[in-house]
Amino acid sequence: MDVVMLSRIQFGLAAGVHFIFPSLTLGLTLLVFLFEYKFYKTNEELFKTISTFFIKILGLVFALGVATGIVLEFSFGTNWAEYSRMVGDIFGAPLAAEGIFAFFLESVFLGVLLFARNKVSKKVYLLSAFLVFFGSHLSGLWIIIANSWMQTPAGFAIEGGRAVLTDFWAAALNPSTLVRFIHVIIAGWISGSLFAAGVAAWYIIKQQHTKEAQNILKTAIIVFCIMSLVQFASGHLHAVQVTNLQPEKMATFEALWQTQQGAPMSIIGIPVESEKKTYFEIKIPKLLSLLAYFDPNAEVKGRDAFPEDELPPVLLPYFSYHVMIGLGSLFALMSLIALFLLLKKKLFTAQWFLYVLMFAIPLPIIANEFGWIAAEVGRQPWAVYKVLKTVDAVSTVVPATHVLLSLIIFSLIYLLLVVLFITILVKIIKKGPQAESY
Amino acid sequence: MDISVYQNIWFFIIGFLLTVYSILDGFDLGIASLMPALAKNEKEQKQVMDSIWPVWDGNEVWLITGGAALFAAFPFAYATVFSGFYLALMLVLFALIFRAVSMEFWYYDEKRRKLWAWAFTIGSFLPSLLFGVALGNIIYGIPIDLNMNFTGSFFTLLRPFPLVIGLLGLSAILLQGCTWAAYKIEGDVARRAKALMNKLIIANAFLFILAIALTIGFLPSIVSNLSGWLGALVYAISLSYVYVCNRDNRSFNAFMGSSVSFVSLWIMAGAALYPNLVRSTIEAYNLTIFNASSTQLTLKIMFIIALIGMPVVLAYTIYVYKVFKGKVS
Repeated sequence: MDVVMLSRIQFGLAAGVHFIFPSLTLGLTLLVFLFEYKFYKTNEELFKTISTFFIKILGLVFALGVATGIVLEFSFGTNWAEYSRMVGDIFGAPLAAEGIFAFFLESVFLGVLLFARNKVSKKVYLLSAFLVFFGSHLSGLWIIIANSWMQTPAGFAIEGGRAVLTDFWAAALNPSTLVRFIHVIIAGWISGSLFAAGVAAWYIIKQQHTKEAQNILKTAIIVFCIMSLVQFASGHLHAVQVTNLQPEKMATFEALWQTQQGAPMSIIGIPVESEKKTYFEIKIPKLLSLLAYFDPNAEVKGRDAFPEDELPPVLLPYFSYHVMIGLGSLFALMSLIALFLLLKKKLFTAQWFLYVLMFAIPLPIIANEFGWIAAEVGRQPWAVYKVLKTVDAVSTVVPATHVLLSLIIFSLIYLLLVVLFITILVKIIKKGPQAESY
Repeated sequence: MDISVYQNIWFFIIGFLLTVYSILDGFDLGIASLMPALAKNEKEQKQVMDSIWPVWDGNEVWLITGGAALFAAFPFAYATVFSGFYLALMLVLFALIFRAVSMEFWYYDEKRRKLWAWAFTIGSFLPSLLFGVALGNIIYGIPIDLNMNFTGSFFTLLRPFPLVIGLLGLSAILLQGCTWAAYKIEGDVARRAKALMNKLIIANAFLFILAIALTIGFLPSIVSNLSGWLGALVYAISLSYVYVCNRDNRSFNAFMGSSVSFVSLWIMAGAALYPNLVRSTIEAYNLTIFNASSTQLTLKIMFIIALIGMPVVLAYTIYVYKVFKGKVS
């Protein structure tokens, strides 16, 4: 394999494993803040117990996030030196801003949450919970700014063979930043809330820690229900944005081979790129046109409207996009059922649904991963859309053998990390909310 | 303002970030590297970990921010060094991954505590050594071509001068961790740290003199630099101060003395480099703050970000350290 493909796999692996942890962090910090706020208001020990339990899990998740995150920051220089030279004038700033404004905040105050419950006042502790919540979301914003600039670059000019910043705000708030930020944050909240709901469901099934579990489940399921439904709207807005600004990406997601009026939405199928054909396809006529342009007969560009060498591969983005949407639909369905059970006051007794919640814990993470794969592979062959191709972004001085070596070691380490993460997570959950920490 | 003003400002800001990083993560990495010598059982290992647990990830953010600031302000230096030192940096990354997770894993994975204790130690020891080797290389000069690309190999990095700088950095970090242990932990761990401290001071002094001698021998062009000698003087004083404080049982002052020694080491490194960021073996291809920087607009915006953000970071970092003051028992 060539060095470009190896570096892509390595970055994909590193970012993919990393992404598990920050998305859980987003949801967990929200829950921690909610329960801390309840504790602050009511002074009930129950909320403190619950919050402490999630802080413990957050400690583990955060450590893995830090461990896997630093790899990414180094990778732009180690594996993508030409990228760094070409766009460093723009791309470095949000990473630095993330450190200064956000990552310090969440790291330092997470220390307070983990170790200083009895060392600071209740007010300061609540404030710390808020700052960890705020910091992790602000961190997400800066990272999304950086990544969105790769999708829809703005606020720059090409001078002397490199991209130079001309307008900071235009670059930061580029056309896809906000919609992608909202989409990712909600995805994180869904991940965290379903995780919490699933854990609580398990306790209820096992008839352990019932009081805590019912409380967790109620709060978590409300967050989950709202966010799963809102995510439909945000996903729609994001899809409209992609259709308008990266039309070849949407054509690829939908395996829309020909430009057409009244374009259908592909529900399922097997796209074959070499034949420009989708086998066993089920599609809903005119829906893509309707969703993208509010007009069932609007023209949607197909892959044929673009030069061959500027098109992404089809299979992986198509598959990833549809898995994400499928799971998103499943979450919406689950939230409708949950709302129904909640209103009927059967949420705690509907055993089958408790099992569903429990087994659904990993699904949002899977949806996140596929959504991200769709976004990134769908951007190919560009590293920065229409500015820099991925093949021109790679480090020229690093031989393929070195990348292969590091890739093998990373694969082993990450496998170990994920296995241990799950093992320890299960252990913490089994010990229950009352177990002492550290 | 002229762009060169911003280029200079960023040289100093990155120097500042790395200085604070080495002081703060220095004690984390140092105490973890020394754990086999300081802690003889699981209870003592827990004390060692407890002494850094609430703050280590905040400390590592100084490195992450320093790296990102280098990327943003001097992307050409970032690209050259990070791609050129590929294998060495991969080693650093593997190590930092293990050190980041090892405490959580040590705590929860009781059956394999021995393994995680070693992961904690080796994961801290390797970066402590390699950071200095990398710094020694960019001061000493690495083969760089016209296109700013590194043309050496992994073994280019292992020349005598950079290795000595690496050992000096390592011994400084070990001393920092040792003073932290003496200051922060009670009982046997502190006692062992106090006993070990004098040996580390001697190692530091020896390596420092060796580094000075090699600098005079290999890098005559920077010998006339006055601020470098000023840094050397401060280093000698702070090292002596650590010795005196350890003798008089003033463990906090010893820690502060060791911290000041990092400031002096960075002054020397900065003096040896400026205005270069990466010295090339062919002088015309040096990467300097002028030819490796981002544009004025980026440097200016980043400066504003730093002006707003850094005082706030310093304020709450100091606050949280105050929250965690007191000894681990």
